[in-house]
Amino acid sequence: MKLTPEEQDMLIGKHGKAAQKSMEILTTLGGIFDAKCMVDVYSVQIAGVSYANLGEAGLEFLSEMAEDGKVKVLTTLNPAGMDRENWQTLGINDEFAKNQIRVIDAFAKMGIITTCSCTPYFIGNVPHFGQHIAWAESSAVCYANSVIGARTNREGGPSALASALTGKTPKYGYHLDENRHGQVSIRVNAQVKGTDGFGVLGKAIGDKLIKLGKNIPFITGIPSATVEELKSFCASIATYGGTALFHMEGITPEFDRYPKPGGNVSEINQEDLEKARFELVDDGLEIDFVSIGCPHASISEIEKIASLLKGKKVKKEFWITTARPIKRIADEAGYSKIIEDTGAKFAADTCCVVAPIKGHFKGMMVDSAKACYYGRAKNKFKVKIGTIEECVEEATK
Amino acid sequence: MKVKTLKGRPIVPGHCRGKALVSMKPISFLGGVDPDSGLIVEVGHDLKGKSVKGTILCFPHGHGSTVGSYVVYSLVKRGLGPKAIINQTADSVVVVGAIIAEIPMVDQIDIQQIRTGDDVEVDCSKGIVKVARRRQK
Repeated sequence: MKLTPEEQDMLIGKHGKAAQKSMEILTTLGGIFDAKCMVDVYSVQIAGVSYANLGEAGLEFLSEMAEDGKVKVLTTLNPAGMDRENWQTLGINDEFAKNQIRVIDAFAKMGIITTCSCTPYFIGNVPHFGQHIAWAESSAVCYANSVIGARTNREGGPSALASALTGKTPKYGYHLDENRHGQVSIRVNAQVKGTDGFGVLGKAIGDKLIKLGKNIPFITGIPSATVEELKSFCASIATYGGTALFHMEGITPEFDRYPKPGGNVSEINQEDLEKARFELVDDGLEIDFVSIGCPHASISEIEKIASLLKGKKVKKEFWITTARPIKRIADEAGYSKIIEDTGAKFAADTCCVVAPIKGHFKGMMVDSAKACYYGRAKNKFKVKIGTIEECVEEATK
Repeated sequence: MKVKTLKGRPIVPGHCRGKALVSMKPISFLGGVDPDSGLIVEVGHDLKGKSVKGTILCFPHGHGSTVGSYVVYSLVKRGLGPKAIINQTADSVVVVGAIIAEIPMVDQIDIQQIRTGDDVEVDCSKGIVKVARRRQK
């Protein structure tokens, strides 16, 4: 791999221990994946922030890197295990909170923006078309590659941190034109709408891609989609299909940039969507928890929840998970008061996937197919997917 | 004593010797290896109950969460880590773990040539693995 003089200096320790370790990680990965050189990144998104996932091991490593490590580019964090201002009311214990704060302090020491969100593109970490980035949240990776047309591989926590501390990533995989072509055509022959509908579609296509052994779908038959619907779709297809990039005719910016995939066109029909939705509802379900905001809710979604909830009282635990800056906008717009007056709770900085809430609830209703997967796998909840309207109705009934 | 020499690809430099612990199954360090004991705890794994401490750990590749890299680091910090890692196909989770924990590592080795208990010498800077097996009585 060819390194610039600056990159060489980092590798031999002239920029400090953390930059050296980071460059070792990046050059080794570059070597394995046959990268010819490094590329400068505009920004970084770091995953592995919840203490529940990191544990003491991760915290030790972060503390060591924080001794002399400083970020070279804009860097934001994935959700943490708790709301940093409001954790007591969400049932998080003191011991966990203390450790979570140690993790965030280590990131802060390196100059990382400590707003914790899986939607960096809503809070000012927004690359433009074609820009190279190093992001590690799978739904945000898929959104940045597909919807924005920026370029990133699916980074892990330590490799993203290494990019933050050097401003570089090895140039391979999705950073190169030749690896961004659609590999299989998928035609959707059904009407799809709502965040839940697009989540169901993401699961149907994701499951199909795994069967076909393909990574990048070229999707037709979707006439329009909102930002929120695409956000939900990205989270779902990344969860079920491991997808980091898709093209959607008439919607994503690179859909006509590369040759269309040859071979058979796979179809997604109404019955495929019904089957996928059926698989996102468990038997013997007793809902005692409703959560909206996977990925983190946009201001439009919060406005919608406020208008649906206005004047009602919630009868079940109801979380709206979002980035703190979006919560601040909701505060200013008056939506937060309307929502909190009903008994519903904001959970900023965190979400129903990474908070340590296993055993707190039995059944969870969500509008997100990704949340269904992790609610089952990590928190052992029974789950049900529905529209935002159905979620609000469930919470107030 | 028969000695075989295998040639692979250097990943993390270093030179050491030890007893091989070999599995043909991938290892997920997050959830699959207990960071407090060094024991493999993954249900259904052929090395379940075995300790990775001080071994030349041979397995095809890693799988599972990228947080697994931190588990590798933690094992070494507690003196429970393997001496070296030999993989068939390196993946980023194990590689990043080996780099941050400074465990010598080599890949592109046919691990079927190595058996648990073999004396193994690895020169990870050159990618050379020497396997010595005592003749069975």
